[in-house]
Amino acid sequence: MAVTAPTRPSAVRADRRRSGPRTAARRGPHRLDGAGPVAYALLAAITAASVFPLYWSFVVASHDDNSVLAGTTPPLVPGGHLIENIQRVFELSAFWQALGNSLIVASTTAVSNVLLSSLAGFAFAKLRFPGRNALLVCVVVTVMVPTQLGIIPLYMLVTDMGMYGRLSALIVPALVSAVGVFWMRQAIEENIPDELIEAARMDGAGLLRTYWHVVVPGVRTTATVLGMFTFMFAWNDYFWPLIALPPENGTVQIALNQLAAGYYTDYTLMLAGVVVSVLPVLAVFTVLARRIVSGVMAGAVKG
Amino acid sequence: MAVQAHPTPGRTRPGRPPRRPRPERHLLPYLFVAPFFVVFGVFGLYPLLQTFWVSLHDWDRLAGQGAWVGFDNFTRLLEDSDFYTATFNTLSIFVLSTVPQLLAALGLAWLLDRRLRARSAWRALILVPQYVSVVAVALVFSQLFGRDFGIVNWVLENLGVIGAPVDWTADTWSSHLAISFMVMWRWTGYNALIFLAAMQAVPRDLYESAQIDGASRFLTFRKVTLPAIRPTIVFTVVISTIGGLQLFAEPFLFDQQGNAEGGAEHQFQTLTLMLYKYGFINNDAGYASAVSWVLFLVIAVVAAVNFLLARRSERR
Repeated sequence: MAVTAPTRPSAVRADRRRSGPRTAARRGPHRLDGAGPVAYALLAAITAASVFPLYWSFVVASHDDNSVLAGTTPPLVPGGHLIENIQRVFELSAFWQALGNSLIVASTTAVSNVLLSSLAGFAFAKLRFPGRNALLVCVVVTVMVPTQLGIIPLYMLVTDMGMYGRLSALIVPALVSAVGVFWMRQAIEENIPDELIEAARMDGAGLLRTYWHVVVPGVRTTATVLGMFTFMFAWNDYFWPLIALPPENGTVQIALNQLAAGYYTDYTLMLAGVVVSVLPVLAVFTVLARRIVSGVMAGAVKG
Repeated sequence: MAVQAHPTPGRTRPGRPPRRPRPERHLLPYLFVAPFFVVFGVFGLYPLLQTFWVSLHDWDRLAGQGAWVGFDNFTRLLEDSDFYTATFNTLSIFVLSTVPQLLAALGLAWLLDRRLRARSAWRALILVPQYVSVVAVALVFSQLFGRDFGIVNWVLENLGVIGAPVDWTADTWSSHLAISFMVMWRWTGYNALIFLAAMQAVPRDLYESAQIDGASRFLTFRKVTLPAIRPTIVFTVVISTIGGLQLFAEPFLFDQQGNAEGGAEHQFQTLTLMLYKYGFINNDAGYASAVSWVLFLVIAVVAAVNFLLARRSERR
């Protein structure tokens, strides 16, 4: 669900249009009114609601025990015990291992999705071969297939292949996705002129060389956004790791849930775990926010 | 049928002598697309079809294939009152989360479509919930919706909306509302950005002529913006349907029991929770596979209905 396919041609036009919003504004009357105080107030309220639950986790995670939750008013001001609680998270659970597992799974699938999706996207966008259209239709249709429904045979299959409990159980089925192929095909068609491919061919470059030296550099931005979304999706996934890995060798999300399980839940500990699990992703994505937003905005169709 | 990079799709260039295809070009395009088809075939399509085979058997997840039972698992399902509860819960939570979510996203996109100060910052901030894992969301919101010390009860009591603290997990409607809220929180901003992208592609002159005709802001939105972005709305509705009907982590983590029962009376057990319970706790893979197929059917029907409704309103 995280990586949504983006098929609307309108999105492509949106991206082109955005390249010159100022010039567009200078020409003639503005197409929509500017925002008044009411609009800003609404936006501020919505933004506050978007960020509040995270802020609140951080607040609770920085207090020394559950008693902070038992007051007559909810806690809204941070205490001074965040570092201490984070240390306890690492002492009381295999959180380092879980972080490592998540990092390996998420980065491997991100890299392989980018490479394999752009390779297939290149073939679909720029090469002509018998059956191309039929195969492309297959890709589009599979975007809509809820693979979650085959989860029991998938578990059996992975077990039969000897991958149960190993990180490969998470990586191999996610090496490449229909959404990725479709995304990259759009981007390559949009961004790489046929003449460029032709020129590379004239110069005697084989298809692989053309892919690596012409196609990949030409769609770097879309590839980055696809990689980041794949990373985020793998990092945040819960259902499949819950099934394919034993709890003692899980991913961050599994470890997080274990912090919360048990008869007595230590909320400061649990929410410190939430902070640890969210912070790395949030930090990376805040730095790259502008690029991601334009990626989602354009359906990542264009770099 | 020479396989070659094509300079102009769909057109042949008569002036150029036919190029003799290099032999590896026949194979290479297929090799390029092969990884996707292999991975999808083995780990996507095969399990989906195998599910049907499993559903026709007595099948223990650990012991493996048992006797052929035909459609017994399906008839058992149709006699199982839990199944109807779960179907109702799935549809109820889906409607409660998707309808307000898409409406809110439309409104939010409409706000963001104006000339704004710090435009990129607003856009980035509404996307923040999307980076947060569903586990973190479920854990945090379970606290916010706590009976005794939850902020939601505290606010509602202070506003005078409720007289006594609500035990959000205890009842059908309260638990559905709380779970829908988690889903909404995570996805509204994302959908808003998708809508915003479509809105920005609406031709400017349409707005200008509406302005000249003296149409109000709301009328312009209804008569110009909405029809223009309808394909995008249909797209998000279909995608939200597929996701919304498969909810697992939110209801699974809502009560911290980890037993996939969805509360004492299954008041928030969704079909995917039921699938997990029978498949991975009771190890009754045959029965769980029957649940899978029915869920698949529900998704297909709801998605088709949504699609047709959206198409019909388009023609009006």
